[in-house]
Amino acid sequence: MSAVFAPRVIAPLVVGVVMLVLWEAAVRLGGMPSYILPGPILIAQTLAADWNTLWPSLLVTLSVTLEALAAAVIVGGLLAILFVQSKWIELSFLPYAIILQVTPIVAIAPLIIVWANNVDLSLLICAWIVAFFPILSSTILGLTSVDHNLLSLFELYGAGRWRTLIHLRLPASLPYFLSGLRISGGLALIGAVVAEFVAGTGGAESGLAYRILESGYQLKVPRMFAALALISATGIVIFLLLSSLSHLLLRKWHESALSHER
Amino acid sequence: MPDLVRLRGVSKVFANGVRALADVSLELRTAEFLSVLGPSGCGKSTLLRLISGLATPSGGTIGWPGAGRTARDHELGFVFQEPTLLPWATALANVMLPLKLHGMAKSESEGRAVEALRQVGLGGFEQAYPRELSGGMKMRVSIARALVTAPRLLLMDEPFAALDEITRHRLNADLLALWERQRFTVVFVTHSVFESVFLSQRIAVMAARPGRVLSELVIDAAYPRADSFRTSAEYAGYCRLASAQLGEAMAA
Repeated sequence: MSAVFAPRVIAPLVVGVVMLVLWEAAVRLGGMPSYILPGPILIAQTLAADWNTLWPSLLVTLSVTLEALAAAVIVGGLLAILFVQSKWIELSFLPYAIILQVTPIVAIAPLIIVWANNVDLSLLICAWIVAFFPILSSTILGLTSVDHNLLSLFELYGAGRWRTLIHLRLPASLPYFLSGLRISGGLALIGAVVAEFVAGTGGAESGLAYRILESGYQLKVPRMFAALALISATGIVIFLLLSSLSHLLLRKWHESALSHER
Repeated sequence: MPDLVRLRGVSKVFANGVRALADVSLELRTAEFLSVLGPSGCGKSTLLRLISGLATPSGGTIGWPGAGRTARDHELGFVFQEPTLLPWATALANVMLPLKLHGMAKSESEGRAVEALRQVGLGGFEQAYPRELSGGMKMRVSIARALVTAPRLLLMDEPFAALDEITRHRLNADLLALWERQRFTVVFVTHSVFESVFLSQRIAVMAARPGRVLSELVIDAAYPRADSFRTSAEYAGYCRLASAQLGEAMAA
């Protein structure tokens, strides 16, 4: 296990460390002022020094992200099940889901903020709009890509639509759903951050995007980078967690989760 | 033996206009082993789907002279060319599936599934997932699943075509042993002359475009048929006959 695992961790780690060292060296040797490009050491120091402001902001952004992701799973999953029940439903409604997906969230976020009249709710709606489509489209694909011989078998044994859904279509679509979920996890975070940027609100509870804006106005560039580093780290953690969840659920049977002996 | 199923002038035209079957008349006798032999594209699979009730004929009738008038009223087993197992379920859960869909309690269905797996030579593999099994073993699970409901009719659609020859011979022998013990009716679709002669009591030879039954051949050789049957003069003679009929069917 460790022999397989080690290169996957060590190789990107080495690249990361080398890049950081080069970055730090370039900043120091080039005499770059910190308000244009701070070095990684200064960013780390700022992160530690401003932890008491950044940590609560991280929690705010994270809670919007997770709520949006949960809503995306529920609405995306249920819509997918609904859409595959009838070709007519899918033909009628899928175009609107696509329109929602391709409309730039930056363009409609101000409207949503005005309509929702509640900052938290509008952030949630924006992040959800960005996050739900991958789950919807990949779950639809999963629900409709079931082996037709298995469908015949279920028909032969008199399983109705409901039992076929529960015992065949849903488990068969799990790998597709999980792959959509991994994409949506990152998108929910992006959606939350973008919505915060557009909302640009102050107030007691402000997310990381607001900290970036605020630091930009005050020319506290190292803090901008510290907040940015936190957002990236959050995205990476979400991706790793969802990948582990996917592996855990599929490791017994799905090709994608099998380790092949050589 | 009385007829289990009677096909009278059955035809099937698909929505795209393709005539898959034309005027097929055929009896399936109770407890008989019937092979349907024909070139690919001759409508063999369509024939099985019609008998099973998964598809409806465009013309003609499919009758069940005994009790129950349609395929739906009977226990059927269906074995596809691929093992067609649920990849997320163990061998045991796969075999239990038909019983579960019939609403049988787990306590009862589990025992029957364990027994069905044992009969196909997979005792001890209950907890294995399909990916852990070889192609031949997966096909055995598929046969166990088809037989777990104790069907009167077993429909098999080129089940061993994708297997290597050694595995195919062993599965042929094991299938015959199961059939001799349980005496369900088998319709075995194949494009192999040798397989059809080795297994069956009767062969229906089909021609393509449109699919139709051109001739029937009775294989009057005693069971149990051991591996030595494959090298007998009797077997060679029947293979020659079946090949000749298949040749005519392909020229027709």
